[in-house]
Amino acid sequence: MTQSAPKGQSFEHDLEKSDKRVASFEAHSKGGLHRLQHILHGNPTLVPVIVLLVSVAVFGLIAGGKFFSAFNLTLIMQQVSIIGILAAAQSLIILTAGIDLSVAAIMVLMSVIAGNLAVYSGWPAPIALLVAFVGGTVAGLMNGLLVTKVKLPPFITTLGTWSIFYALNLWLSGAQSIRSQDIDANAPLLKFFGEALSFGGARITYGSILMIAIFGVLWYMLNHTAWGRHVYAVGDDKEAAELAGIRTDRTLLSVYMLAGFVCSIAAWASIGRVGSISPQSFYEGNLQSITAVVVGGISLFGGRGSILGALFGALIVGVFQSGLRLSNVDVLWQVFAIGWLIIIAVAIDQWIRKVSA
Amino acid sequence: MKKTVYLGATAIALSAFAGAAQAADVGACLITKTDTNPFFVKMKEGATAKAKEMGIQLSTFAGKIDGDVETQIAAVESCIAAGAKGILITPSDSRALAPAVTQARENGLLVIALDTPFEPPETADATFATDNFLAGELIGQWAAAKMGDTSGAKIAMLDLNASEISVDYLRNNGFLQGFGVDIKDPKDIGDEDDPRIVGNDVTNGNEEGGRTAMENLLQKDPGVNVVYTINEPAAAGAYEALKAVGLENQALIVSVDGGCPGVQNVKDGVIGATSMQFPLLMASKGIEAIAAFAADGTKPANTEGLDFFNTGVELVTDEPVEGIPSITSEEALKRCWG
Repeated sequence: MTQSAPKGQSFEHDLEKSDKRVASFEAHSKGGLHRLQHILHGNPTLVPVIVLLVSVAVFGLIAGGKFFSAFNLTLIMQQVSIIGILAAAQSLIILTAGIDLSVAAIMVLMSVIAGNLAVYSGWPAPIALLVAFVGGTVAGLMNGLLVTKVKLPPFITTLGTWSIFYALNLWLSGAQSIRSQDIDANAPLLKFFGEALSFGGARITYGSILMIAIFGVLWYMLNHTAWGRHVYAVGDDKEAAELAGIRTDRTLLSVYMLAGFVCSIAAWASIGRVGSISPQSFYEGNLQSITAVVVGGISLFGGRGSILGALFGALIVGVFQSGLRLSNVDVLWQVFAIGWLIIIAVAIDQWIRKVSA
Repeated sequence: MKKTVYLGATAIALSAFAGAAQAADVGACLITKTDTNPFFVKMKEGATAKAKEMGIQLSTFAGKIDGDVETQIAAVESCIAAGAKGILITPSDSRALAPAVTQARENGLLVIALDTPFEPPETADATFATDNFLAGELIGQWAAAKMGDTSGAKIAMLDLNASEISVDYLRNNGFLQGFGVDIKDPKDIGDEDDPRIVGNDVTNGNEEGGRTAMENLLQKDPGVNVVYTINEPAAAGAYEALKAVGLENQALIVSVDGGCPGVQNVKDGVIGATSMQFPLLMASKGIEAIAAFAADGTKPANTEGLDFFNTGVELVTDEPVEGIPSITSEEALKRCWG
């Protein structure tokens, strides 16, 4: 070391040219599309809201005044209310990276139980409903235990319980509907959610209001409570959540139980909506609820998306069906359109997810 | 009911096993669309009772839901393998089951379609069914007679599903013909251009679908005053939709089936008229035919002028009209199924 080295050692000179920032985020200036991708990543409900508004506008133009009437817009709400409530339950499960094929079967089974007790066995309607609520929660608990304790994948668990609940439903009901007139005579409370507020041409059923209330409550629980953050954490990365001290199995159990409970509320609402208690209805309700969730931009991989998306997803499907019908499009093309809607929704989700990669 | 199927399958397996030893035993199969619909439950009752009476070994199978073709094909194959003499089947799909049925006939089995005819009907040896076209025609004539002047009719057509199977178009077009509408292609639903038809929609044959479909057609024209429905659950749903907007007294609802809740709905004034069919008779006649075929090879003959054996249909209404024979809901309640 005969020479002082005020400028540092010579082999370090090259470092001068390199990036000296410690750490930074990439600038988002790669063009409009890229920026859009980031905005959507930050606001997952934005896509369904845009799609909903655009589809309402487009069908309003094609199908004209009939589509845009207050009566029709409230009718769409009414028609999607049951699938909407099931989609709320489905969202809870999907946020934990699961899936629930049994939601509609739990709902129909609980409506049959409530109907049998209140209409045929002469139990007071509130007690019959209480039994259904407990039953729905227990059905959810069964799904939850199979997922957390027996460690079955949610898909398999609920594929199995779907059949089990459906068979029980047919056994209890003898595949025979309970007639509307018999419900009116014995337990009118069961049809409460079929009542409606009418003003102008609009006809808002209590069932539609219930759907929105359920989404409101669940949204609050998911976004403003510790439980809600745990649900997202478990869905995003179960192991990481566990390492962070979250009791993941308990969280999962609570989610399945809550979903089962929500299904039993849907059971009550469905009696009002359909008018009778029909064991053969809603056979594909599980798939329709998944459609609403997916179209609503909730990621099937868990941990991402807002539950409000499922509400918009259900409404988008309803708007499509109503609009296509009023434009005199054949039923099979309505099915075709919904199929594309699902594929496009998931493709957009995949594209948005790439932003973090 | 699931249990019975399971037992049935076991019986098949056992009879296949025993088949070699006791070739004289006559086996028969009943394959229904589902084992949950009360219509098929009644059919099974009829077949089981008759089979017991005649000493025939009956095995029963059913699809999981209406349209479950795969399970029905597997059931046909099991019956062939078990060496049954004959199959009674309500095909979930009038065309898709043809290859399996042809295979059964090539193996020497007598195949009789119950309730739903194959396309073409010759696919099976015989068809024992309600004349679904006539069933539709009766309620169409009744509705037209009830209205008197039909020029102001606004008709809502609540059909089954998008596949347009035979029972669906037969009832649909029978009704329209009875009402006095030019039906164009008798095998097509919705090709009519009569301005009195408001529209067609599908119900899946249940209350929820019936309600939604009725709401949709009311959207097209709130003046609907005649409602045709594929079956009575769909009719109950349609009534709920009309009632929700206070239009239940504006429209005549007609239907087909004759299930007990449906007949009760005729009595309560929900449904104006329904055409009753007789599933029990279809099945018991079917078992008799298989026994006759096993004894001396005779095959059942069709009703004259039809390509099937007609097991009968009766119009049920409490508001009878001139010239159309009918029975009251009171009488019908004694004969209804389910």
